[in-house]
Amino acid sequence: MNSTPKIHRDDLASKTGMWFFLFTEMLLFGGLFIVYSVYRFRNAEAFHLAAHELSIPIGTINTIILLISSTTIAMSITAIQKKNKNLALILLGITIFLGLAFLVNKYFEWGEHIKEHIYPGSAVLALRGQGDVLFYGLYFFMTGLHALHIIIGLVFICVIAVKIYRDKIRPDNYVLLENSGLYWHLVDLIWIFLFPLFYLIT
Amino acid sequence: MENEKNHIIPYRTFLYVLALLITLTITSVAITQIYLGTLTVVLALLIAAVKSSFVLRIFMHLKFENKIFSIAVVAIALLISVVILITFLDYLYR
Repeated sequence: MNSTPKIHRDDLASKTGMWFFLFTEMLLFGGLFIVYSVYRFRNAEAFHLAAHELSIPIGTINTIILLISSTTIAMSITAIQKKNKNLALILLGITIFLGLAFLVNKYFEWGEHIKEHIYPGSAVLALRGQGDVLFYGLYFFMTGLHALHIIIGLVFICVIAVKIYRDKIRPDNYVLLENSGLYWHLVDLIWIFLFPLFYLIT
Repeated sequence: MENEKNHIIPYRTFLYVLALLITLTITSVAITQIYLGTLTVVLALLIAAVKSSFVLRIFMHLKFENKIFSIAVVAIALLISVVILITFLDYLYR
């Protein structure tokens, strides 16, 4: 476990920094969940009916996709610890593929809504009343912000995969891989709450 | 630099957790299809909380890290819950 003695490295500090960033992310989404709960409380009926229009099968499949992708990136850390570079790369590749699959599903899901003229600012949606406008406003904003996190996570993981390929991340120095994993798990964590709140509780 | 305690989690553990998480997801979908009123919301959020605790403890290694990280995560969850509670006290009794 010796790196070049001259280069200062502090993995714990690096991980702590990542966690601090994740805390701000939790508070960002936490704030949105507060907005959601209040609007839901004040427009119970409209939220109930609007949530029925979301596809539970697609939501469930996307949840499972994210859970598997979280598992594969967690396993890639074990692989690098066991000095199995190829397996680590394969597992990251699967993670990236699953992340893209999630986005493709999201594209079709949003596409369906937009085809029915349901999107923020749509005149058709405005006719359906305040509750629907609020529900779909929050739905598009929160799943959109989440999808943005997925895209950022995918770019992050791609960079990490290249670094592993070039031996910049090694079995004795893999804190960056751990940090990208933490970010990806957070994205998964947020979806764990988004899914029941928008799709299931009707 | 001796930075790492190098705790290696076996592949198997992750697969067990994945199986559990998928089971919980399907359970929560099944439960919410039955009409139980307010209980549905409580159960769905409870299952989400259990799922996230597994993600945090195993996938995010919190179980093997310094306790301070876990304490901070719990503190943030409590902070958000308290703000939701206070917000609702306001809306319910104004």
